[in-house]
Amino acid sequence: MSKKSYREAIRDAIASEMRRDPRVIVMGEDNAGGAGAPGETDAWGGVLGVTKGLQPEFGADRVLDTPISESAFIGAAAGAAATGLRPVAELMFVDFMGVCFDQIFNQAAKFRYMFGGRAVTPLVIRTMYGAGFRAASQHSQCLYPLFTHIPGLKVVLPSSPYDAKGLMIQAIRDDDPVIFFEHKVMYDETAEVPDESYTIPFGEANLTREGRDATIVAFGRMVNFANQAADELKREGLSVTVIDPRTTSPLDAETILDSVAETGRLVVVDESHPRCSMAADIARLVAEEAFDHLKAPIRTVTAPHTPVPFSPALEDIYIPTPKKIRDAVLAVTRGRSS
Amino acid sequence: MSEIQPIIMPKWGLAMEEGTLTAWLVQDKTQIEKGQEIAEIETTKIANVFESPVSGTLRRIVAKPGDVVPVGALLAVLAPPSVSDSDIDGFVAGFVVEESTDADAAAGAVAERRMERNGRPLVYKTAGAQSAATPVVLIHGFGGDSDNWLFNIEEIAKERPVYALDLPGHGKSTKTLASGDLGELTDAVVDLLHEVEAPKAHLVGHSLGAAVAFRVLADRPERVASIVGIAPAGLGDRIRPDYVDSFVAAEKRKDVKAALQLLFADPGLVSAQMVEGVQRFKRLEGATEALRAIGERNLPSGRQTANFRDLVGEERVPTLVIWGDRDAILDPAAAQGLPSSVTVIRVQDVGHMPHMEAARTVNRHLAEHFDAVDRRNASGE
Repeated sequence: MSKKSYREAIRDAIASEMRRDPRVIVMGEDNAGGAGAPGETDAWGGVLGVTKGLQPEFGADRVLDTPISESAFIGAAAGAAATGLRPVAELMFVDFMGVCFDQIFNQAAKFRYMFGGRAVTPLVIRTMYGAGFRAASQHSQCLYPLFTHIPGLKVVLPSSPYDAKGLMIQAIRDDDPVIFFEHKVMYDETAEVPDESYTIPFGEANLTREGRDATIVAFGRMVNFANQAADELKREGLSVTVIDPRTTSPLDAETILDSVAETGRLVVVDESHPRCSMAADIARLVAEEAFDHLKAPIRTVTAPHTPVPFSPALEDIYIPTPKKIRDAVLAVTRGRSS
Repeated sequence: MSEIQPIIMPKWGLAMEEGTLTAWLVQDKTQIEKGQEIAEIETTKIANVFESPVSGTLRRIVAKPGDVVPVGALLAVLAPPSVSDSDIDGFVAGFVVEESTDADAAAGAVAERRMERNGRPLVYKTAGAQSAATPVVLIHGFGGDSDNWLFNIEEIAKERPVYALDLPGHGKSTKTLASGDLGELTDAVVDLLHEVEAPKAHLVGHSLGAAVAFRVLADRPERVASIVGIAPAGLGDRIRPDYVDSFVAAEKRKDVKAALQLLFADPGLVSAQMVEGVQRFKRLEGATEALRAIGERNLPSGRQTANFRDLVGEERVPTLVIWGDRDAILDPAAAQGLPSSVTVIRVQDVGHMPHMEAARTVNRHLAEHFDAVDRRNASGE
């Protein structure tokens, strides 16, 4: 056991699976970097260095730098997965995903279904998401709800280094296409992460706080903010459960509904835009399945329905904060009888 | 100023970084005694009562109920009446949490060590200053690890060296087993005694760990000063039939929680973090297979494969048995009919984990037992 960063945990997971299974390959823009430049073999490791060190260990045959053509290399990765490899493709920023929607939505996501269950597509697409990096509107979005919408895709949002490693190993071993969302401001967060291999099953939520007065469901980086809000509320006398679903597809609805049945109050925290978001999805789930348990209206804490601003002052206002989460919990618990 | 004594947030277990002070059990301005229960503290693992490490007059309560306090930070201040309030104000204002550069010291002198056995890692925790006192080896039960002793290890370490092993297949030790039988687990304890150069030790075993301790006594009697069996296996033929299988099979949070709740008289002690801790162990590659092998070899279908009643009847070493009267895993009735030389302590309203659920009581009995045995040995009896 040792402390590892979110970045190191992901790299550790990929490297250990590459050692275990020769079918696992890595491909993407500047995954190693420096290809074709004399003397340079491991210059970049992706934009923020996650895959650095993989090419020297596994060689250029298994760690491929691709041309700057997402539609080409994501399509190639889907085809490679369908024909026997287990590619881990990196598509830098999820904001760039639009140019390869056909490869993902119509091809990779549909192979198993349209080939009568006889095809598997063990593809992992790693991608960065989220605001707070001063990277403006085209490099800061949280597009995980778009992928959650598509049957046939699995969508993973690790909120800690420990979860990042276990979910990445699970993603690589999974036989379906997995979109693996890494929050770009979390790469340097560190925590205890075992050196050994382990997997975290998809569709199993984690309870990061346990309380009686309200339930917070939060995704990705927002789990940490929800924990901060819960700790602050505890000092003020409110005990709050925080649920991290870990994966938006599949979704552990049971854990959410069980918790709401106990607390009767729900706040959903989603860094995405409010419309057609995970916040909207969870609110729909609870309104349909647990309405009788609710003692107060559901509240959501999301970014506004605007592009992510480039102005740092505006970007800070844009992102949900622990204080906004705390205020939402106070709003749903106002007038509680206990 | 030296008459002012701080009471700080304790560190229970290597992973603890902060605790929540949930309640004070003493009034301000009263005299408190060393060892008195003064507060309730909740960690991410479990809630427990906190005993004062010192005696004195409680002059200032710094942490309020509900406060989350880092390990080492100030909870309260003791001082004689002669110290002025302003001196105490100054002490509180100037108090600095000791930043230890040494990881071992930061862990309240509990250090984690690793040894190799046939090329496979065995991990143990150790605490306690070098002393001539006979060391203590703590052996956890099926599915547990050395963290199960988090409320005991530092208490024992005040008087003698203490070692808490992660048995093969458990905790941070190897998940690769030869067979998982009792002999393999026993060899790991004997290897630990070699590693730490302890000619003799008091063996404290919980549940299956007690059967391991008895087996060490059978194989290597010269290495055993005494045995303490806490909710011990090895004295009866049966175990709750569904427990081992349900613990091995449990993957989901709900199932792990249900299995863990069988261990405690108060199921409310099983926190989400305790469940996640067990899930983290069970997710490790090879862990479930190792548990299954150990279960099949030692605790198959509601039976125990090893019975040491005859060995205990030989009265080779002083033996103490501690059992919770609400143990739902191993029936405390198995403590009946043991030789009169075996001391049997029944702890009220406690389940299968007395060393966690009634840590203070267990620690007191352990200390009395070790002292009595060491005194007897020193006087040459």
